[in-house]
Amino acid sequence: MKYQSQAVSKLYFNAAIALFVAQIIFGVILGLQYVIGDFLFPYIPFNIARMVHTNLLIVWLLFGFMGASYYMVPEESQRELHSVKLAKILFWIFFIAAALIVLSYLLLPYQRLAELTGNSFLPTMGREFLEQPTIGKVGIVIVCLGFLYNVGMTIISGRKTVINVVLLTGLVGLALLFLFAFVNPENLVLDKYYWWWVVHLWVEGVWELILASLLAFVLIKTTGVDREVVDKWVYIIVAMALITGIIGTGHHYFFMGAPSYWLWLGSIFGALEPIPFFLMTLFAFNMVNKRRRIHANRVAVLWALGTGVMAFLGAGVWGFLHTLAPVNYFTHGTQITAAHGHMAFYGAYVMVVLAIISYAMPKLRGRVANSNKAQVVEMWSFWLMTISMVFITLFLTAAGIVQVYLQRMGDQPLPYMVVQDKLQFFYWLREGAGIIFLIGLLVYLSSFLIKGESDQHIDVSHKNPAIKS
Amino acid sequence: MKDLFTKSVARNIYYGGSLFFILLFLVLTFDTHQRIPATDNRENLTEEVSHGKRLWEENNCVGCHTLLGEGAYFAPELANVYDRFGQSTEAIKAFIMSRPPNGIPGRRSMPQFNFTDAELNALAEFLKYVNGIDAQNWPPNIQG
Repeated sequence: MKYQSQAVSKLYFNAAIALFVAQIIFGVILGLQYVIGDFLFPYIPFNIARMVHTNLLIVWLLFGFMGASYYMVPEESQRELHSVKLAKILFWIFFIAAALIVLSYLLLPYQRLAELTGNSFLPTMGREFLEQPTIGKVGIVIVCLGFLYNVGMTIISGRKTVINVVLLTGLVGLALLFLFAFVNPENLVLDKYYWWWVVHLWVEGVWELILASLLAFVLIKTTGVDREVVDKWVYIIVAMALITGIIGTGHHYFFMGAPSYWLWLGSIFGALEPIPFFLMTLFAFNMVNKRRRIHANRVAVLWALGTGVMAFLGAGVWGFLHTLAPVNYFTHGTQITAAHGHMAFYGAYVMVVLAIISYAMPKLRGRVANSNKAQVVEMWSFWLMTISMVFITLFLTAAGIVQVYLQRMGDQPLPYMVVQDKLQFFYWLREGAGIIFLIGLLVYLSSFLIKGESDQHIDVSHKNPAIKS
Repeated sequence: MKDLFTKSVARNIYYGGSLFFILLFLVLTFDTHQRIPATDNRENLTEEVSHGKRLWEENNCVGCHTLLGEGAYFAPELANVYDRFGQSTEAIKAFIMSRPPNGIPGRRSMPQFNFTDAELNALAEFLKYVNGIDAQNWPPNIQG
């Protein structure tokens, strides 16, 4: 840790991990509700548990992005953070607000929450992923603005690196696009049209900028590769992300009342969306191949490489599987979508946040890297979580294919609930994989408890002399 | 080749490409606004339908169901439920009313929301309006 103010990121990382654990517990509950339909009913119905699961995911990733920014930006800008105090105040506002929102989901009927928070004045609730009470959304905007001010002031008055500029662009985009969460026309077609400006343009747009920036930071630090080389990769990755991803929004405009030209635009640009993820895979492996030192923190490198591979598989390959309109016609809104959603979020965003935590946390605790033993345990958690997520995805994909065939393709299409009964086998397997994921997460937590000093870096620069291009 | 593709070329592709596609997206959005009156069934978007949409949101129906394919995948698609239930708003209302408060042992069940008659009407009218949206012939069949 080069700058004292970087320490504030520890608060954010700890919160992110805590909320991650809660998210996965609700994931396991949801998986069980798929096979034991009345589990926890009517106390925690499926819709409530799902809202908790997805909202916690978004919130902990935001904590992760913020923590990452507070860690990276001072080091990149070569100066202390603009205001540590503001970062701490905003942390507590965000954390308490997030806790209150989740508790209110669990303790109040949702309709009562809408009433108490005055949803009728500015109705924004009850849309997927944007279920937070309007006042909660206002809180999120305030926290984001304060955060952007703090990070922006630091970047503007310090050294401007490509990593910093791309990160800031991504964060500004994140905040601006969230404003569309307040747009909720009575016309359902328009409602959906702009809802995707938050959902799609976040995860298949500006979040990819944040992802590329975090990944580049971890790779620069752990491989020692020349910044010029990294910068070019970052530019071309984020260029492809936005060039494909913006019009790629069209793959959500196929079957919701929008004009038919979106069938073509969404299919073509959707099919190109894997490109930036594939570039990330190449980027990560290229940097590690050209490394000038073997960093003592080998597990951080593993997470970075894992991000490259899993983001491409989850977001790229599994996205491509159903992005073409003639395919999507049959798969839209089935377990295929669920399969893609799980591996894409894990592979791209969960893993990159865990990569930066893995790199930064030892430094925040005053050492270059964790002890060998702690790293080995963390590597076990990497494989447990990653492999179980692959299986969750495969089982959901299998369920999805059977669902599509029985419900939408056969000679005698069967009703939804009849088909669901026939999918129980796959749902049980998915739940099993989900429990392994939870175990992997517990192993991850346990790695933080193992103390001891790390090995030293090994200089390999004689094998890979400074790479200039 | 390597010399031609410099960092500043990469940067220009990023800024230029992004700007171009943002502008194109805005143009397409404008055009979509011009065209959707033909497909979005706005002529049937009554006050009651709006009330129904509000109820749909404030009871987080999308937390289990899909509507035109978006939402959760735990309960049936509802964009064509009006057709599936024999084009009967009464059948939709009867289904919602009949949900047992404590669920069905071992099975998925929709919660009992204790809607008033006016609320039930609004919800049914909302689902009927959604059924009328021209969504490129989606869902593929009556089962949703």
